[in-house]
Amino acid sequence: MQFFLEVLISGLLSGVMYALVALGFVLIYKASGVFNFAQGAMVYLAALSVAGCMEKGAPLWLAIILAFVIMTLFGIATEKFVLRKLVNQPPITLFMATIGLAFFIEGLAPIVFGSEPRALDLGIVDEPIAVILDAWDMVISKFDLVAAGVAALLVTALALFFQYTRTGRALRAVADDHQAALSIGIPLQHIWAIVWGIAGFAALVAGLMWGARNGVQFALTFTALKALPVLIIGGFTSVPGAIAGGLIIGASEKLAEIYLPPVMESMFGGNFGGIEGWFPYVLALFFLLVRPEGLFGEKHIDRV
Amino acid sequence: MLYREAGQFKTSYAADQQLFPIRQDRIGILILLAVVFLVIPGVAGDYWFSAILIPFLIFSLAALGLNILTGYAGQLSLGSAAFMAVGAYAAYNFQLRIDGIPILVSFVCAGLTAAGIGILFGLPSLWIKGFYLAVATLAAQFFIVWCLTKFPWLSNYSSSGVISTQPLIIFGHAFTSPQEKYLLVLTIVAVMALAAKNMVRSSTGRAWMAVRDMDVAASVIGIRLMPVKLLAFAVSSFYCGVAGALYAFCYLGSVEPDGFSLDMSFRILFMIIIGGVGSILGSFLGAAFILLLPVFLDIALPWAARLLGLPFSSATVSHIQVLVFGALIMFFLIVEPHGLARLWQITKEKLRLWPFPH
Repeated sequence: MQFFLEVLISGLLSGVMYALVALGFVLIYKASGVFNFAQGAMVYLAALSVAGCMEKGAPLWLAIILAFVIMTLFGIATEKFVLRKLVNQPPITLFMATIGLAFFIEGLAPIVFGSEPRALDLGIVDEPIAVILDAWDMVISKFDLVAAGVAALLVTALALFFQYTRTGRALRAVADDHQAALSIGIPLQHIWAIVWGIAGFAALVAGLMWGARNGVQFALTFTALKALPVLIIGGFTSVPGAIAGGLIIGASEKLAEIYLPPVMESMFGGNFGGIEGWFPYVLALFFLLVRPEGLFGEKHIDRV
Repeated sequence: MLYREAGQFKTSYAADQQLFPIRQDRIGILILLAVVFLVIPGVAGDYWFSAILIPFLIFSLAALGLNILTGYAGQLSLGSAAFMAVGAYAAYNFQLRIDGIPILVSFVCAGLTAAGIGILFGLPSLWIKGFYLAVATLAAQFFIVWCLTKFPWLSNYSSSGVISTQPLIIFGHAFTSPQEKYLLVLTIVAVMALAAKNMVRSSTGRAWMAVRDMDVAASVIGIRLMPVKLLAFAVSSFYCGVAGALYAFCYLGSVEPDGFSLDMSFRILFMIIIGGVGSILGSFLGAAFILLLPVFLDIALPWAARLLGLPFSSATVSHIQVLVFGALIMFFLIVEPHGLARLWQITKEKLRLWPFPH
């Protein structure tokens, strides 16, 4: 039981990390209807620019600010040079354009900042919390807890921003209906630039967390792929959904990794590690059977 | 002047319904087939066969498969490489476990196996679409590759799932030289491409296109979505499966599951985007473009580096390749969303009027 709880909690906490990546997806999808496949590459770019700036001698806070500037500029450039030219194209075309964008970033970032894997030190140690270890004999990483706190903070900030600021209201209006928003005088392209900036910020937070956890390396781009089932479970348009989906995926994948292989080994024999690689997708598939719009997503209605 | 169908009257239904209704197209196709079957085997060297022409043909076939699914039936798939893997491993196992099975029969069986698994992973397309479906096909991609690695029976208990393919013997003749393999691949690809060309204009193909353009409207006019979508998955996976079998047997000779990675699926997707979504010709043009671009960059980049006096390491060159890939994808989607095939179509329209402007 204790072991189960430990696995469950570590899964939930790593799910928070997925949720951080998924948040960026949701923000862009909500505001512009673009399914941004490049979010993972943006996480990589953000982490790499922090590490790159620190290598040049900048302190951590300055590196983070510089990385934020880079991400914002990058988001605005993407909007201006790619998405604005693809207005009125079907969503699938936009999706493919973001795949192109992902490759573009994956090529560009290492050329600018170097491709060797690096450690990113945020000053938070990845060690078990002594109190919990003593009291319940459970290993819960300090770092994971901080990551969870950061995610909670980010979600709260975003929720407040969307709910109570003028720009936030405009963003929600655009998400609801582009044309109606345009007709009451909301500058669409301006809003899109802001959204890409915010998504860049979400990518920066995710990049910092993932980079500190696993090192700044190319494998960061794969986190985006894990964020896809998170989105399916949570719904493409829901910020709380991204968090809930992340938790479900994180917990179930860790539990599956621990508890499924022994079962399969007794059935077929052999070694069945690495279930983590596909389990979230299959889980998402079964989820689609029951709730195609995700936990918190809007119900999809077809119009002919 | 040259390319004008004026004066070509069709006096029978057969003439009206043939695959290439315009005489110049027929002549063009015959010349093309003559060149690739008769001239190229005589002039090309072994390097060209084994490093460029054979992979080009195989990837064209895979792109054709994906194009049927994505371009014609409108179902986005990110798992084409996994279906190629199914084809490769199925062909290997049919050869291994059924005594004396002809190699071409095992290729067909491999395609059918891939089609079966394609139908299985196509089932979600009945209730989901768009990006959701893309994630479902990602499940296929990761799950199939994982299965091939973890179930040792599939790779005959070799270490880490690597298989070495059996020799290619057809009617007692062993296909060993690159030239012979090229001709074998070419024949299969030509037959399957013509079959696809025929299929997409048949009622099946028209049903696919109706589903692609708007599935609700298609079902309203009486197209049953389930068989149509599943057939698209089956046919597409069949093409990818055969391409995978050829990839293993005629190109590499020994493959491992991890070779059929997500990266490869993306490359196949790029082929159809750049070549032209919803175009048979586009699959070939896109495959040629995606395969030749790295070769071109490999030659051009060091040359450019010397010219500019920049020291490019090989890592930088590979990064620049990725970057150029990405930039080109975006460029094509912005400038010519219909791909290279559309350029060819524009050329034909211009040729029809040439030498007059209107």
